[in-house]
Amino acid sequence: MASNIDRGRYIRSAGLVGVKYLVLLSGAAAVAFPFLWMLLTSFKGPSEIFTYSFKLLPSKWRFSNYLEVFEFIPFGRMFLNSIIVSVVITVSQMFTGALAAYAFARLRFPGRDVLFYAYLATMMLPEQVRIIPSFLLLKWMHLIDTHWALTLPWLAGPFSVFFLRQSFLDVPQSLLDAARIDGAGHLRILFQVIVPLTRNTFLTLGVFTFMWSWNMFLWPLVMTQSLAMRTLPVGLAMFKSQMGTNWAVMMAASVLAVAPIILAFFLAQRRFIEGITLTGLKS
Amino acid sequence: MKSAVLKSLGCRRYKSEDTRVAYAFLFPSAVVFLVFTAFPFFYSLYLSFHKWNILTPVKPFVGLGNYASLFRDPDFWNAVKNTLIYSAGAILGTTLTSLALALLLWKGLRARNFFRTVYFLPVVTSLVVVAIVWSWIFDPQFGLANKLLKLIGINGPAWLYSPHWAMFALVFTSIWKHSGYYMVIFLAGLYGIPEVFYECAEVDGANGFQKLWHITLPLLRRVTALVMVMLTINSFKVFTLVYVMTGGGPMKSTETIVNYLYRQGFESFRMGYASAIAWVLFMVILLISLFQMRFIGGRRSAIGQQY
Repeated sequence: MASNIDRGRYIRSAGLVGVKYLVLLSGAAAVAFPFLWMLLTSFKGPSEIFTYSFKLLPSKWRFSNYLEVFEFIPFGRMFLNSIIVSVVITVSQMFTGALAAYAFARLRFPGRDVLFYAYLATMMLPEQVRIIPSFLLLKWMHLIDTHWALTLPWLAGPFSVFFLRQSFLDVPQSLLDAARIDGAGHLRILFQVIVPLTRNTFLTLGVFTFMWSWNMFLWPLVMTQSLAMRTLPVGLAMFKSQMGTNWAVMMAASVLAVAPIILAFFLAQRRFIEGITLTGLKS
Repeated sequence: MKSAVLKSLGCRRYKSEDTRVAYAFLFPSAVVFLVFTAFPFFYSLYLSFHKWNILTPVKPFVGLGNYASLFRDPDFWNAVKNTLIYSAGAILGTTLTSLALALLLWKGLRARNFFRTVYFLPVVTSLVVVAIVWSWIFDPQFGLANKLLKLIGINGPAWLYSPHWAMFALVFTSIWKHSGYYMVIFLAGLYGIPEVFYECAEVDGANGFQKLWHITLPLLRRVTALVMVMLTINSFKVFTLVYVMTGGGPMKSTETIVNYLYRQGFESFRMGYASAIAWVLFMVILLISLFQMRFIGGRRSAIGQQY
C-alpha cells in the first residue's frame, strides 16, 4: 500500500487534518469560553467586574457570591419547582404515552388510523396559539400560580405517543401472542413485555421530555405570578431584569442552574444527543 | 393467538374487547387533548373575532376587526420585520455554521466525540442562562466582547443598547446556542451517504473539493432543506432570547411577533387582539409545515433511515 503516490497524498492530507484541527479547536474555544467566563465571573468581586481592563482570573476568589444568590432569590424553591414540574411531566408523558401508543400500535379498533393521524397533526399547533386560551381556562379553574397550571396541560402529548408507537410496532407479535396464551391481559403485556423491551426508547424520550420541561419559559412565565411559584428559568430572567448589573451573583446563579444538567450531559452524552436530536421536535 | 390467526386471514373484524381496551388506554391522553389543546384551539379562534380587555366583562363581536387593525398596526409590522431579520440571520448563520462543523467532524478524526460533545454543550444549556451569560458578554462597558475588541483597537458598539447592533447580538447568540443541534442532524445525514460514491469518484480522480461539491452537498440537499425549515419555524417563534436579552428594545428594534403577542396579551391584556396575532403566526407556520410535508418529507423519511 505504501507507494510513493500514497505518501505524497498522505503528507498533503496530514496538512489538511492540521488545518481542520485548528478550525475545530478555535470553534471549541468559542463554545467553551463563555462557559469559562461565566464560571470565573461568578467568583469575582465588584472591583473586578466593573473594570475596563481584561483580566481572566479573579485576584481573590469570592465564594460568597454563591451565598448571595440565595439572599436575592428563593433559588432553592425555584429549583424545587423546576424539579417537580419536570419530573411530573416526564413521568406522566411516558405513562400516558405508553398507554396510547399501545392502543395505536397493538390494538385494532374502528377509527384507529384517522385518530392517530389527527392527533399527530396537532403537533403543528404552536404553544403560542394555546397560551392565551389556556391562561383564561386555568384562571377560571383557579389554577393560575399553582403547579397544576404548569403540569396539567402537558401530562400527555402527541409527540410521546408518536415516538413510543414507532418502537412498539417493532416488538414481534409472537412475543405478545405467547404472553396472551399465558393469560396476560393488555396492561400486563404492555408493562411486563413491551416496556422492558423498549427500555432505551423510554430513556431517550425521558431525557428529551425532562430537558424540554426543565427549559420551558413562556408557559411558566405566563402561568405563574408569585416568586415562590416561579421555575428556575423564569426566576433567573426575573432576577436579571431586577438586578440588572449584579453580574457576579447572576453568573453564580447561572452556574448553579446549569451545573446539574451539564453534569448529567457528561454522564450520559449519547442519550442526550439522541434524545434531543432524534426526537428533534424541540420547542 | 386468535387475533393473529384472524389477522393472517386478512379478517377486518374488530374484537370488541380490543376496542374497549383501546378506548380505555386512550382516555387519559384524550382528556388532556380535549381540555388543553382542542378547546384552546377553538376558543382562541373565537377570541380573535372579539374585542376583549380581560378586566371588563363584555366581549363584543368584531368579526375580522382585530385582523383588520392588525394589518394597519405599525407595531405589528415592526414585529414582522424584526422577526424576518432575525430569522434570515439565524437561518443562514446556523445552517452554514452547523454544516461546516459537521463536514469538518465527519471523517477521519480521532477526537470526533470530544468535539461533538463540546459543540453540543450550548444545546443542553438552558436558553435563559445562555441569554444571561451573553448579555454579560455584550455589556457595553464591562463586557468581554468590547474588552476583546479594545485589545485590537476597536471601540465596540453598545450592543444590546444599540438599535443597530442589538439584533446582531441576538442572532449571534442564537447561532452559538443552536449550531450544535443542527450539526448532529447534518452528521446523521452525512453518515447516510454510501461510501461507494466516494470510491467511484476516487477512481475517476476527483479531488476533495470536487467530491464535496459534486457528491456530498447535492446528497445533503434534503437534510439541508429540512434543517432550514426547522430553523424557519423555530425562528418565527423566537421569544425567550429576546425577552431576556433586550425585552424587545431598544426602541422596539428587536421586538418580534411572539414578543409583541406577549405584550398585547399579558401586559395590555388585549386577549382578542393577541389571539389574532397568534392565529396569523399559526397560519404562517402551518403553511411552512405543509410546504415541508409536500416537498421535503417528514423528519423520519429524511434522516430516520440512516440510523
